[in-house]
Amino acid sequence: MKRVVVNEKWCLGCHLCEYNCAFSNSGMKDMVKALKGRDIFPRIRVEDGGDITFAVSCRHCKDAICVKSCISGALSKKDGVVTIDKSKCVGCYTCILVCPYGAITNDGEGAVQKCELCLSTTAGTPACVAGCPNRALTLDDDDIETADARG
Amino acid sequence: MENKKHYVIIGGGIAAVSCAEGIRSVDKDGFITLVCGEPRPAYCRPLISYYLEGKSELERMKYRPDTFYDENGIDVVFDTASSIDTDTCEVVLSSGDRIAYDEVCVATGSSPFVPPMEGLETVEKRFGFMTVDDALALESAIDENCRVLIVGAGLIGLKCAEGICERVGSVTVCDLAPRVLSSILDDSAAKLIEDKLTEHGIKFLLGDTVARFEPNTAHMKSGENVDFDVLVLAVGVRANVSLVRDIGGNVGRGIIVDNTMRTTVPHIYAAGDCVQMADVNGVERVMAILPNAALGGKCAGVNMAGGESVFDTAAPMNAIGFFGRHALTAGSYEGDVREDSGDGWLRRFYIKDGYLCGFMLIGDENAGSAIGSHAYDRAGIYTSLIRNHIPLDTVDAEALLRLPSVTSMTPEYRRTKMAAWKN
Amino acid sequence: MGVEFIYPEFEVVRNSSRCIACRVCERQCANEVHSYDPDERVMLSDESKCVNCQRCVSLCPTRALKIVKSDCTFRENANWQSDTIKEIYKQANSGGVLLSSMGNPKMLPVYWDKILINASQVTNPSIDPLREPMETRVFLGKKPRSIERDEGGKIKNNLTPQLELSMPVMFSAMSYGSISYNAHKSLAEAATRLGICYNTGEGGLHEDFYVYGPNTIVQVASGRFGVFADYLDAGAAIEIKMGQGAKPGIGGHLPGKKIVGDVSRTRMIPEGSDAISPAPHHDIYSIEDLRQLVYSLKEATQYKKPVIVKVAAVHNIAAIASGIARSGADIIAIDGFRGGTGAAPTRIRDNVGIPIELALAACDRRLREEGIRNDVSLVVGGSIRSASDVIKAVALGADACYVATAALLALGCHLCRTCHTGNCNWGIATQRPELVKRLNPETGAERLYNLMTAWRHEIKELMGGMGINSIEALRGNRLMLRGVNMTEKELEILGISHAGE
Repeated sequence: MKRVVVNEKWCLGCHLCEYNCAFSNSGMKDMVKALKGRDIFPRIRVEDGGDITFAVSCRHCKDAICVKSCISGALSKKDGVVTIDKSKCVGCYTCILVCPYGAITNDGEGAVQKCELCLSTTAGTPACVAGCPNRALTLDDDDIETADARG
Repeated sequence: MENKKHYVIIGGGIAAVSCAEGIRSVDKDGFITLVCGEPRPAYCRPLISYYLEGKSELERMKYRPDTFYDENGIDVVFDTASSIDTDTCEVVLSSGDRIAYDEVCVATGSSPFVPPMEGLETVEKRFGFMTVDDALALESAIDENCRVLIVGAGLIGLKCAEGICERVGSVTVCDLAPRVLSSILDDSAAKLIEDKLTEHGIKFLLGDTVARFEPNTAHMKSGENVDFDVLVLAVGVRANVSLVRDIGGNVGRGIIVDNTMRTTVPHIYAAGDCVQMADVNGVERVMAILPNAALGGKCAGVNMAGGESVFDTAAPMNAIGFFGRHALTAGSYEGDVREDSGDGWLRRFYIKDGYLCGFMLIGDENAGSAIGSHAYDRAGIYTSLIRNHIPLDTVDAEALLRLPSVTSMTPEYRRTKMAAWKN
Repeated sequence: MGVEFIYPEFEVVRNSSRCIACRVCERQCANEVHSYDPDERVMLSDESKCVNCQRCVSLCPTRALKIVKSDCTFRENANWQSDTIKEIYKQANSGGVLLSSMGNPKMLPVYWDKILINASQVTNPSIDPLREPMETRVFLGKKPRSIERDEGGKIKNNLTPQLELSMPVMFSAMSYGSISYNAHKSLAEAATRLGICYNTGEGGLHEDFYVYGPNTIVQVASGRFGVFADYLDAGAAIEIKMGQGAKPGIGGHLPGKKIVGDVSRTRMIPEGSDAISPAPHHDIYSIEDLRQLVYSLKEATQYKKPVIVKVAAVHNIAAIASGIARSGADIIAIDGFRGGTGAAPTRIRDNVGIPIELALAACDRRLREEGIRNDVSLVVGGSIRSASDVIKAVALGADACYVATAALLALGCHLCRTCHTGNCNWGIATQRPELVKRLNPETGAERLYNLMTAWRHEIKELMGGMGINSIEALRGNRLMLRGVNMTEKELEILGISHAGE
């Protein structure tokens, strides 16, 4: 199962992953053009717990409760990755209500969004992982399915 | 192979499809027959209002691709079941056909409940709002000038109102309850939703009910008269329990099942809107919502096929929104209240015996304040506290109630869930 | 507070057309230069706090930042240069000794840059290191003067303990305390992977790092911090620190506020107490005294480990080296005046000591003249900046080099020279946990490994060009060097000819 994992020991709370995420999913070629003067809606969020900080994004759960709960069939799991079909999403926010990690957010345009591992925007490495200055974020690609929808 | 099992699933909705998936996750070869009352593949019923609103369309409402049934070896029979014969182990269809079974899943859902109302039969254009057929019929009856009266200000009635309000002349909603969404919100929370709908021209007659219908007029108990062209009845629903009740199974407001989705009758399972089961706090309820149907159906399927699955995290919860204002609720509303609110938003938590047992979060995408537009962000973290029965003294409750975060959960939770802990 | 007269040294130039106000600069600056103005939604800067460490520049995702030297100038004066004037102001403000970090930044001659390396043409073949084996391994320690045989005629092993290195480079002493846990771990891990050594400095050895013992040089300095039997046993060699190139003649002072937690435990001194290393070792006032310490340490470790004596390059270094060689030390480490430091009085750093190139050449010659060159190995440090500096040092007579500044650069250091503030934004020269975590030792070790591997490739290339396939064959081979822009005297001390000769 693939997912972005964070080692809180190395997370600096610099929030670069959020900006790299927003840029990667903007569909634009230039970060300035994509993000300047805008509120960003990243799919990864850095939580600040005082002593520790770490980034939270979709766990791509084995039995993903968001997929099970989606009333429109917009969320589905393909090849181990929970993906969102925005054309189907009606913005009911049931997934926001059930995701135990708070990893699904509204996208500001009436649908929801979540980490899809940059599968459609970059080759191989998600932008948050590629841009992490301290290697706190890595792309886990093992068979151990630790995360589950029970949260 | 003579050992192949015969599975019969009665119903064609989310629970039924999830049940089939549950069976196939364990048993690739058994025979699955799905008895479906509606003449169409499974679709997402909550989408019918979005269909009317133009946010969805029939094709996109399908719950699974058209190839789903073939690929999973599911034999679909478009019919309804009239009874289950436990002596011969056969499901009897309305057509008279009989289907032999080893295991049965009853996923018959619920039906609209229409209380007796004087003169109702004189109303020509009256509709329910449960199925695609209901929505299509309603759609063909409305035009931009027509006046619509909706009886029932619950989830169904209000979604219907939102769905059609831009397509009709006027919408009036009446309900005996003194507020909208009375089953999931209290007065102050309901007011926020009502205000939003009122903003969009929807009229409300609350705490009032129809005393008598004439073909195009409703005479209300309060004395008011409402003229209408089209009537939508969305008073409530009742679980379809008769198949199980008739064979001696325990039923309450729904078919009673344990946390493995077994009814009290051997080899008979049930899932979806028709069941009543213990929620995460042990309270028996009918929790007719899509996530529970999907999770319960899957659990039933796995157990029917000889696997072992438990569904013990059912909780009442609802996410519903109107015109960008959303109410996300879960659990039960008892115990101490913690509340914070402002213009167009509300965050209220119910804490009892050291556990979070319920919450209401109302926010508005178009709220002027950041807190207002983020009032329901990451609500699932709260739901998780309820569903997993996490004692509040093991987490940083104060921080969590201010702002949901994984940080405020226990370090072990944080590390095992978020990180690959290699050092 | 009155007028301080000092205009900020740097300007933060923010390209507002590129800045997206992501606030990375603000979050990453421990000096609090950057701040966010929520009203105007723009970033602001207080450049008076900027030390030009370039952390913000490096992390800015849109390259909207640069730090430039302020062009606000005093009236030009060849005698009273602006740095001199500012130092006067600072001292007039504070009344204190000026402190600096890292190596001497003054415009003093860098002899490495005046020395050129030979290559083979026509009459002697060069060697392609990609096709033929090249040996960069060195063994440090005393070499036997003759072969001895037993009664049966078999060769007796009369070799004293040696320090084996895969290439003639080691990471020089930086104490845990002056640098962070993660910096130490990076060095230890890289040294192990590279087959070379790093050096504990005088701060003791953190319990987590005993596993790196075979690649660790444990230091014994005048404060004796963290020295005990297990510590001596843990290392591959023991180094007695007599002096340091950046501050010859003075000791060290790690303020009590940095002696916290693990640093206190590792140094074996109470939390909050100042760690003062005296200027001299109070038990060493002569070569004979030094000999006692050398042999005490050998005795304590069953004569299994080579002992290094490290001194700063000062005026009569050749005589000092001769004395050390006679004290029983196996290796002499000489630290030149451009060597780095975590903190030193500016006047001392900038004015005391001599260039390592001259010290090395003088020592090598003196030891050879006295016939004791093979009794010791020579290790030199004090701004070895590249593979060619290593080659030149070896050709001038060094057995190996110590590098520290280059290693820190690999870890992210941008030579802002404010280590003494303890606010290192790169997580190197700090003990603040939120800054220390900025250096992930996994990346740190990897970058050090890369740097040294690159140097090793270059060393082989340079050796091959000279037709030399073993680094041992280059040692002291001054014919491979020529000088440019030097006086007769300089050439004489270095023992090399001028280019064209």
